[in-house]
Amino acid sequence: MRVKVWRGGTQGEFQAFEVPRYPSQTVLDVVTHIQRKLDPTLAYRYACRVGMCGSCAMTVNGVPRWTCRTHVDKVLRDDAVEISPLKNLPVIRDLVTDMREFFDKWARAQGQFKGARTKADDFERVVPESPERKAVDAGIECIGCAVCYSACHVVAANPAYLGPAALNRAWTLVKDTRETKNPERLRAVAGDAGCHACHTHMDCTERCPKRLSPTAAIAGLKRATARAALKGDL
Amino acid sequence: MIQTTLWLAQRVTAAVLAVCVFVHLATIIYAVQGGLTAAEILGRTRGNAAWLAFYSVFVVAAAIHAPIGLRPVLGEWLRWRGPSRELALGLFAMILLFLGMRAVLAVFA
Repeated sequence: MRVKVWRGGTQGEFQAFEVPRYPSQTVLDVVTHIQRKLDPTLAYRYACRVGMCGSCAMTVNGVPRWTCRTHVDKVLRDDAVEISPLKNLPVIRDLVTDMREFFDKWARAQGQFKGARTKADDFERVVPESPERKAVDAGIECIGCAVCYSACHVVAANPAYLGPAALNRAWTLVKDTRETKNPERLRAVAGDAGCHACHTHMDCTERCPKRLSPTAAIAGLKRATARAALKGDL
Repeated sequence: MIQTTLWLAQRVTAAVLAVCVFVHLATIIYAVQGGLTAAEILGRTRGNAAWLAFYSVFVVAAAIHAPIGLRPVLGEWLRWRGPSRELALGLFAMILLFLGMRAVLAVFA
């Protein structure tokens, strides 16, 4: 098959390789083949190879994906595939992006848990069937791969936008009954860089490899911030 | 806070506009069935406080709704943010309100 791979940083160009086909071959296998057999200078990032760590996300034929969970069969067009780094993030080299801004936005969305209890206290009980716990369950499995962030058209148009992953994280904390910092969190996620910038295109929900719905989380934040604003708490 | 308020205002005015647009279009379609003239329509709207109230609400809702929707369009497509954008949008809202109310008063008085 013919494989075009992005080389360089933010400025760069595609380099063509000829890679043999194997059964059950993934896009990550293709990139690894190029790096090990054809060009050892190719830079890319991966760790677990089984869809748990989220570090191998790249743009495959224009679409952000986990390369380890993407079979070549599914993406090959006319015996060719194009692999480039994730969009909406600065490129360090080749297929490796700088994810600092992505994770800094989690911090800006107040993504850290802050409870009231200490290790001297007993566990706080959270009823698994409660609506709050179910809302947390719906979003908690995010592993921070940045596929949603790369797919988001609002991030592309508004670089300050916190993005789907950070807002999804904030929503799981807003619905966490043990959480103590939610007034500040709602202030942090409201506004032009926060949940109100979302146009509900649902690119994030469409692309999330974990099948989460950051769109639903962001809609929840819009309701929560509106309620807080009406009460004068925002 | 201000952006949350704008978002709420846009949602509320959207709900109002959905009703207003429906009533407006239904009335137009109904009114032209029998071949009403402009003079006959004005004869029905002039001095009618109910139509004045309805179209005033329509105009106010549109004047609030449209500039809020235009705000991210200017930000994302023209990279126009900051106080000059808010001023321009405020002005746009005033223009919509002025032109809209002028039309409403023209069919009332």
